[in-house]
Amino acid sequence: MISVKEVRKNFGKLQALKGVSVEFALGKSYALIGPNGSGKTTLIKSVLGLVVPTSGEILVDGESIRNHWSYREKIGYMPQIGRYPDNMSIGQLLDMMKNIRKNPPVLDEELIEAFKLGNMLDKRMHTLSGGTRQKVSAALAFLFNPPVLFLDEPTAGLDPVSVEILKDKILKEKESGKLMIITSHIMSDLDELTTEVVYLQEGLTRYNDSIADLKDITGEQRLGKAMAKMIRSLENNRQVAINN
Amino acid sequence: MTRVIKYVFYDILRTRFIMLYTLFLLLSTFAMFQLDTDTGKVVLSLMNIVLMVVPLVSIVFSTIHFYNSYEFIELMLSQPVNRRVVFLGEYFAVAISLCFSFTIGVGIPVVLYGTGPGGFTLLFTGIMLTLVFVSLAFLSSVLTRDKAKAIGVALLFWFYFSLIYDGLLMWIIYSFMDYPLEKVTLALVSLNPVDLARILMLLQLDISALMGYTGAFYKDFFGSSMGFIFSSAILSLWIIIPVWGALRIFKRKDL
Repeated sequence: MISVKEVRKNFGKLQALKGVSVEFALGKSYALIGPNGSGKTTLIKSVLGLVVPTSGEILVDGESIRNHWSYREKIGYMPQIGRYPDNMSIGQLLDMMKNIRKNPPVLDEELIEAFKLGNMLDKRMHTLSGGTRQKVSAALAFLFNPPVLFLDEPTAGLDPVSVEILKDKILKEKESGKLMIITSHIMSDLDELTTEVVYLQEGLTRYNDSIADLKDITGEQRLGKAMAKMIRSLENNRQVAINN
Repeated sequence: MTRVIKYVFYDILRTRFIMLYTLFLLLSTFAMFQLDTDTGKVVLSLMNIVLMVVPLVSIVFSTIHFYNSYEFIELMLSQPVNRRVVFLGEYFAVAISLCFSFTIGVGIPVVLYGTGPGGFTLLFTGIMLTLVFVSLAFLSSVLTRDKAKAIGVALLFWFYFSLIYDGLLMWIIYSFMDYPLEKVTLALVSLNPVDLARILMLLQLDISALMGYTGAFYKDFFGSSMGFIFSSAILSLWIIIPVWGALRIFKRKDL
């Protein structure tokens, strides 16, 4: 569905991505893991076309996204920090998004109901708390029922009840065969929600396999432990390579 | 595109700045007409407002607006919307609101007091200048990520074209006064939209003697109507080229 080929991105002197190649297949759900500043958000933004890669190619359904925009119909995006026009109310924002997507097929307003956003449609965006903003972001990402979903730290800042609502929703959409790409630092969440893991470090993919395999190899039951073990062994290998 | 323009419009209307600007123009134009009965002189005084205030307001407002719409732009670009549509939508919405404001604010008194062709040239040059400086504002907005820097660049554009450039021109003419400079000055004037607008006005008002050397030569070289066409064409380039450049940069910009 989405193939990222040798993508590099430099922000001035900083190399955010140093030649990342990943394949994301429809029907699978990926955990995008990596330390802060490892290029997770840059990778997601590159696929969305918000960031233009310095070199490399990104294909969605076999077509390069360079200078294209209509492919974004297939993508729902929940940003890490949702930034919205301050003066708009939630209702106006939702109307605008529906209006901008010329012919929304089936609208999925489940999250709007579950988060009870309907009761505060006339609240202005700048009066919202961080958590409510996250809810709006989540509702918008799922609203147009897209086959691909990018969720950048979806559960950060949400209250426990809302986290469960969102997780149920993610699982439900995953079951229906969508492609999910989730970044998070909460391993237990990813353990529940995803089946594949892509580990980014310093702008490179260091590991890319299924979670089940990762657990097998490391002999750990939980994703958090397994990841820690894997990262440590990667570090050791690197150390050995440097010493040799 | 119309959808994007519509939403940017809503946003601009909500800030009330456009309303204040219209009111300011309306009041000052009416005041000018009250002060003097000779409409020709009034148009001349208004010209000075148009040449100083309109560029300043246009460029500062457009730059601030662009940065305040960053969230909106980001939101649009994560949707299936073309970058060009978002950018030009922003541009047209800002340009149309400012032109509308100017047309109402200056146009109503001008029509009411009946100034003849001079008044209409004033409206025309005002609108052209608005468009030029909105273009320059968009260019300075895409050049940097930092709002303060962009406003600085925008103000620099204004200072340069309104004050500094004239000084430079004077200095060049003065230093090289022993040489035939007519065509050179003509070319140099084309490099400044404010000067072009001034010449447009003065040609129409038939007081090019006031413009001194360049104005007189301009009139001599082109005659009124050719001069009008020439300077309008160059002003149009001043509108199109910065927007085109800004669009090119915006298409590759990271958000």
